[in-house]
Amino acid sequence: MSATAEPEKGGFRLSQLIYDTRYRSMTIQIIALIGFLLSVGWLIRNAGQNLAELGKPLGFGFLTEQAGYDINQRLIEYNSQMTHGRAAVIGLLNTLLVAFLGCITATVIGVSIGVLRLSKNWIVSRLMTLYIEMFRNVPVLLWIIITMAIFIEVFPQPRDFRGEDAIATMKLFDSIAITNRGILIPALAYGPGIVLVFITFVLSLIGIVFFRRYAKKLQEETGKILPSGLISTGIFFVPTLVVFFAATMINLNKEHVVFGAKTLTLNADNSISADSGIRFCDTGGAGNVNAKNLMRANGIKFKSVPSYDLADSLTRMSSGNTRTGCDIATVPSGTALPEGLFVSEGISLYSGRPIELEKPYLSGFNFTDGVLMRNSLIALWFALSLYTAAFIAETVRSGIQAVSKGQTEAAGALGLRPGRITSLVVLPQALRVIIPPMISQYLNLTKNSSLAIAVGYMDITGTLGGITLNQTGREMESLIILMAIYLAISLTISTIMNQYNERVKLRER
Amino acid sequence: MKKSVFIGTLAAVSVTAGMAAASTLDDVKAAGELKCGVSTGLVGFAAADANGVYHGFDVAVCRAVAAAVLGDGDKVKFVPTTGKTRFTALASGEVDMLARNTTWTFSRDVDLKFEFIGVNYYDGQGFMVPKALGVASAKDLDGATVCIQTGTTTELNLADYFRSNNISYEPVPIETNAEGQAQYLSGACDVYTTDASGLAATRATFEKPDDHVVLPEIISKEPLGPLVRHGDNQWGDIIRWTLNALITAEELGVTSANIDKMSMEAGNNPEINRLLGTEGDLGGMLGLDKEWAKRAVAQSGNYGEIFDSNIGEGSPVGIARGLNASWTDGGLLYTPPFR
Repeated sequence: MSATAEPEKGGFRLSQLIYDTRYRSMTIQIIALIGFLLSVGWLIRNAGQNLAELGKPLGFGFLTEQAGYDINQRLIEYNSQMTHGRAAVIGLLNTLLVAFLGCITATVIGVSIGVLRLSKNWIVSRLMTLYIEMFRNVPVLLWIIITMAIFIEVFPQPRDFRGEDAIATMKLFDSIAITNRGILIPALAYGPGIVLVFITFVLSLIGIVFFRRYAKKLQEETGKILPSGLISTGIFFVPTLVVFFAATMINLNKEHVVFGAKTLTLNADNSISADSGIRFCDTGGAGNVNAKNLMRANGIKFKSVPSYDLADSLTRMSSGNTRTGCDIATVPSGTALPEGLFVSEGISLYSGRPIELEKPYLSGFNFTDGVLMRNSLIALWFALSLYTAAFIAETVRSGIQAVSKGQTEAAGALGLRPGRITSLVVLPQALRVIIPPMISQYLNLTKNSSLAIAVGYMDITGTLGGITLNQTGREMESLIILMAIYLAISLTISTIMNQYNERVKLRER
Repeated sequence: MKKSVFIGTLAAVSVTAGMAAASTLDDVKAAGELKCGVSTGLVGFAAADANGVYHGFDVAVCRAVAAAVLGDGDKVKFVPTTGKTRFTALASGEVDMLARNTTWTFSRDVDLKFEFIGVNYYDGQGFMVPKALGVASAKDLDGATVCIQTGTTTELNLADYFRSNNISYEPVPIETNAEGQAQYLSGACDVYTTDASGLAATRATFEKPDDHVVLPEIISKEPLGPLVRHGDNQWGDIIRWTLNALITAEELGVTSANIDKMSMEAGNNPEINRLLGTEGDLGGMLGLDKEWAKRAVAQSGNYGEIFDSNIGEGSPVGIARGLNASWTDGGLLYTPPFR
């Protein structure tokens, strides 16, 4: 076409905004945008004005006021004298904890289920289908509540562990107690030399990485295959254990002793006795665990009083306070002691090990010592993981099925075994399909964790959006902060996952 | 979910502004029903029976107000509220009044902008434990696991009590009374704490109430009473004086049985006459008719009758009058005169 009509070079007329298709869509969009902004502005202005009329102008000063309530699960120091802001941080950490644990377990369970669903074994694949449909089609809140209800009803209460013919017993050499208030696992108590053991362990891990690289290089260059599994295991255990025992031997040269205003008495039959109700200054080290085990083994009833360090213990001993004071403590022998305090003669309690397991021990209403994983945390974690895992499994399945069958067959033709085909050929390609939907599953899990209050888990919704909101009456402010926090968490997760996605995605040259 | 709550809050606040202009009394009359916030279910205080009809001590206050204002004690829409949602419900105008075991405190009265119109139950926070634990005093509770309802003064009192006695505890926050019961009965907590009246009500629903004891310590003052929003004094007055009418009726010996006879014509006692509208026009001053108080008392009886039938010693809850007796019987109930 040679005779193309030149467009008329007229000036821009206002009516073109409506009648000219080049501008019309833009006009409509701009009008819609203005309308939207106006209505948002009206909503905000109205809310602000009404809050002011109610005598509650927007303000965040309440965050620095005293909270006044206690929180059971605290990852950092907190008591009821601290501020609402601090309580919110405690809640935030709890949210992050359950989200982190949940994402990991959901991934592990989800990937396994997703792979198993494609199993050629009829029963296995049907069972997995059943699992996925069951979890995917029931609201997560119900799963959380039912998990908690089962947890509370099935497991024994702490007082069932008491007595000669107790209904319940502790598991795994008396180191784990499963109660309906939570699961207690041993805590680690550290003694001198722990830093050395830890450094050795980290160095061994680095060593394993280097060894593996070397083994691979050797294999590529010469074809020689080293027994890398065996050697890695060796590097993992041997140096650390050697340092551990060496530290123990050195420690044993310097005995820990019990001292205090009161003392333990060594009887003629080698048993040990003490005044009943003696109070032990518990600073939490390995020597303390030895002392507590010794007293318990001898049936001495004592009360454990938490104390920060030796100086604090000494203050507590001299304070005379019936509640916070204590009577005895442990100390490395040879430490200079103030007047009026005595060393318990002839009592040897020290194992010298740089790490001691502090096992849970039933005393009073609850187990003391050890680490308590509360029923609320476990129920929430468990329910969120299982629920999200069902979705992840579907994602994984679709990812695997997206890999062309020819790939599997080609790998088979090369003589690879089925396990290697999955790990070397299928999964790396499937990962590219799996990662993007996975991000939204992680986001879902994190957001669903706000249902925590259903089982009494004190997450950020429970502290800032629950008790703080209620006690201060600052609904608007609390919800704004809460939204901002969830938004920040979600954006962080997607940023991290997107970066990971960038790394694994198909690179086209 | 967060977003919808936020927009909901915005919307609720916007609605309040629209309503603030009209008086609550006019709104209630126009709607033909009183929206009354009650608890989600506490036997004796507010609980729905098998037919969905609400009964209880707090419910009776709502019904008395409805009878006084609308002439019919059944024209009440009961809105169940939790410890967390109750103040938002009242502030946003979702309910006209709140009769839900709510403790009158300084900050709620002043900072949250509510008006407590009186005390209908003098309570205090107590502890319930299984008898099998052998605990005699709250001071023996060192290290115990305690179930508490969140969003109440209870958790603040508890924190203060344990701190001042220098003993430790493990708080288990729960949302509703029903959850608290489940956790307590399965042994997931050793102690259940809330207002002593609530403990008695909860214990009454247990299969074996005698296996549980309420410890003697009362660790707080909990004057429970109905409340309304700041700013509408006429509405506040109506509810305050309806409650006072119930209490005064008991003091003056006016009961649901004899009220019809007494209100036929003016008798010898001028205060009874003024209360029942046979003399003067107290109702007119409130913006109601003369017989408002008569209807309020006739609805479910005077304070004493309401107490006895819902939570008194004859009922399953079985609470003694104690502090909640009339001042003439050595209690704390003392109303200003009707004149």
